[in-house]
Amino acid sequence: MIEIRDLHKYFGALHVLKGINLDVKKGEVLSVIGASGSGKSTLLYCINGLEPIQQGHVTVDGTDVHARGTDINGLRQKLGMVFQQWNSFPHLTALENVALAPRIVKGKSRAEASDIARKQLGHVGLGEKLDVYPSALSGGQQQRLAIARALAMEPEYMLFDEATSALDPELVGEVLETMRMLAEEGMTMICVTHEMGFARDVSDRVAFFHQGVMEEIGPPAQIFGDAQSEHTRKFLANVR
Amino acid sequence: MFDYNFHWRPVMRSLPDLIDAAFLTLQVAVLAMILGIVIGLCLALIRLHKTGPLLWLASTWVELARNTPALFQLFFFGFGLGAFGLHLSPYMIVLAGLTFNCAGYLAENFRGGFQAVPDTQVRAARSLGMTAWQTYTRIVIPQVFRIVYHPITNQMVWAVLMSSLGMLVGFRELSGETQFFASRTFRIFEYFTVTAVIYYVIVKIILGASRLLAMRLFRY
Repeated sequence: MIEIRDLHKYFGALHVLKGINLDVKKGEVLSVIGASGSGKSTLLYCINGLEPIQQGHVTVDGTDVHARGTDINGLRQKLGMVFQQWNSFPHLTALENVALAPRIVKGKSRAEASDIARKQLGHVGLGEKLDVYPSALSGGQQQRLAIARALAMEPEYMLFDEATSALDPELVGEVLETMRMLAEEGMTMICVTHEMGFARDVSDRVAFFHQGVMEEIGPPAQIFGDAQSEHTRKFLANVR
Repeated sequence: MFDYNFHWRPVMRSLPDLIDAAFLTLQVAVLAMILGIVIGLCLALIRLHKTGPLLWLASTWVELARNTPALFQLFFFGFGLGAFGLHLSPYMIVLAGLTFNCAGYLAENFRGGFQAVPDTQVRAARSLGMTAWQTYTRIVIPQVFRIVYHPITNQMVWAVLMSSLGMLVGFRELSGETQFFASRTFRIFEYFTVTAVIYYVIVKIILGASRLLAMRLFRY
């Protein structure tokens, strides 16, 4: 379980997150929506400790992410992350991209790591592309590669940071399909997304962020059908 | 109009000595490059991440190496240190001078290389649980290496050619040896023509080997 209590984050003088309180239970799929600059992506970076926080607490399965002495590299193995700019490692083949972290972080043997990588690449539909370098893959394939790479660490949570925003429109579907499959398999997911269809159909809850504040959170039916906040209604009216 | 009589025979007789000297040239250039790469990498990392006296030292090194004549740098390690009672052998003068110069140029190449690898690569690696060290050695450095590969090749060629300055501090590498034989026989033109050909061949071999290695190393 991920517990966020009174989280404040500043970039210099800019107050990006203004006191967030949020719990995400095991098995839950949470979509985070809101305008650019509302702090949604920053929230993800605070959860896996890629960004330091200035006030509050983030705990993952009881471990305080930002506490001194926390084994952050160990904790991150639980928290898979997929980025907007997929960030495949250009100097490694698809197989090596996925096999590297299990080998050097988890200490698996080369053969074991390759097996894991083959399995995960097959899982996301890249079983034919094992020895291909990322430069020869489409954006959608690179993003699925990034998902396989995160899954190879056998994470308990997956954080998606606008995983489809940088993709050509015709490639968005394949990535959403992969995310949908993960959700159905019971993965706990926090998805920062601009894909309202995905947020409505796949998530258990949807959170709407506005200027660093979590304006509203609830089941998709509430957010999309009966939003309580004026800001939520305005945002949704604009994106539809 | 042109009454110079070529005499190639003395050159051919001393060709084995010239070839030996060529290997000395290559040796000192390769050593200077190895040291230069290690030091240049450190200088680049200091300039990217450190402040204070260390940054000042690294910046001064790079500025002096890049903005003063290489010959003066050699003279510094020869006559400059000599004035303070520290006498290096000609071999060490050339090695130190070349290393100083190469490290300065390579530092800037490395710095550009590090800046060319996007920060998001680091984030992706760290998000997988890699340590800062693993991220550097497995993700960042290999990408930097590809970016600086051709500049390193250029610097290697430069080091071979620049080592010819060694003859001015009494080092008998290829140029020094040529000068020695040329002044004994007065066949200056012939000697330096042959030596130029030897330099040319060395550089061509370096460039060819570099290209072959690149084809093996960089398949992406």
